[in-house]
Amino acid sequence: MVTVLEHDSELRQRAWDAAAGVVDPEIPVLTIADLGVLRDVVLDGDHVEVAITPTYSGCPAMNMIAVEIEVALERAGFREPKVRTVLSPAWTTDWMSDEGRRKLHAYGIAPPQASSSRRALFGEQAVTCPQCNSRETELLSEFGSTSCKALWRCKSCREPFDYFKCH
Amino acid sequence: MPAANIQVSETPLVLYALRRADDALVLGHRLSEWCGHAPMMEEDMALSNIALDLIGQARELYTYAAKAEGKGNDEDKLAYLRDVRQYRNLLLVEQPNGDFAQTLVRQFFYSAFADLYWRAMMTSRDATLAAIAAKSEKESAYHLRHASEWIIRLGDGTDESRQRAQAAIDHLWAFTGEMFAADEGERALIHAGIAVDPGTLRGRWMTTLSEVVGEATLHLPQGDWMQQGGRSGRHSEHLGHLLSELQSMQRTFPGQTW
Repeated sequence: MVTVLEHDSELRQRAWDAAAGVVDPEIPVLTIADLGVLRDVVLDGDHVEVAITPTYSGCPAMNMIAVEIEVALERAGFREPKVRTVLSPAWTTDWMSDEGRRKLHAYGIAPPQASSSRRALFGEQAVTCPQCNSRETELLSEFGSTSCKALWRCKSCREPFDYFKCH
Repeated sequence: MPAANIQVSETPLVLYALRRADDALVLGHRLSEWCGHAPMMEEDMALSNIALDLIGQARELYTYAAKAEGKGNDEDKLAYLRDVRQYRNLLLVEQPNGDFAQTLVRQFFYSAFADLYWRAMMTSRDATLAAIAAKSEKESAYHLRHASEWIIRLGDGTDESRQRAQAAIDHLWAFTGEMFAADEGERALIHAGIAVDPGTLRGRWMTTLSEVVGEATLHLPQGDWMQQGGRSGRHSEHLGHLLSELQSMQRTFPGQTW
């Protein structure tokens, strides 16, 4: 019995690691574990089911991520893996790991800033430039190249940059 | 042979999910019509992003409606294989884009409602609707902020932008009453704690409108005559044209996939 349990927990870990290594196709420096999109891995015999949560309702990367997870699990030796989408609790940028935030910054995307209040109808936000770390930045557009980003510009180094929005 | 319409067994719960799904899909489609045509790059991205959010919300709601119905329909069939009289969306969201001011006023009226609506729906006794609400609420808050900033910029801008924004408000006003209505079936869902009474949101909706429209130096119409019909399938002439474009592929090549 003990052996079986150990076997199961090892298997589950292997499945988790395989799924956790899948990257966001739009931001390839971040894994779905960094993003907090990977919610659960459930093992039933040899079959594995992975639960993910969408960042935004219409994020087109989610379909791609689901396919990539299935491929990764098949490569890790799991047959007919399943990916399930869970909506609750709703994804938040608070789930992004510190490691993920560091990677984003290094990649040139300003990570979500916990202090900003998304509820304020018109709020001042201070976003740090990921290039030169200046606090003198301005919002260019609330919406950027993907659902999760806004477009900002640094007033010090003049570089435009993506900001991963607080959500 | 073109694909035939599906029939939907509209129990109160199915109809409830379908109505909200239709709102999100039709408005999302309208906004997607701006893709490549918006007055500036940033707005092209903004309107397309909002469209994506809405279409994502629609997918969740259609999937739930299909599951609640339990007759083998799915999100695609519900979106592509119902005719105009089977659509249950608000008349507001099917109104044409018009000029940029009209698109943004339509968005502002809807988002100011959706923001309150989804926040209230987070405590629904229906777990799926509550989960969809928790996601949609965050997105709606962002959509409202975007639209509000534009209402102020247009109203407080040039004579031309101000005149166009006011004309859009006057034109679309009569389509807002429908958001706060509930029929008998919905009353039962409200009583069961599954739905929220939209009438209770009207006061706060008016507060949001008054604040933003006031700051924009525009004014809200005094008239209280409201157009209705969308919720029971009686639409303006515009929805049929929208659907003919939205559904053309599935109607022409039934079951076609990418």
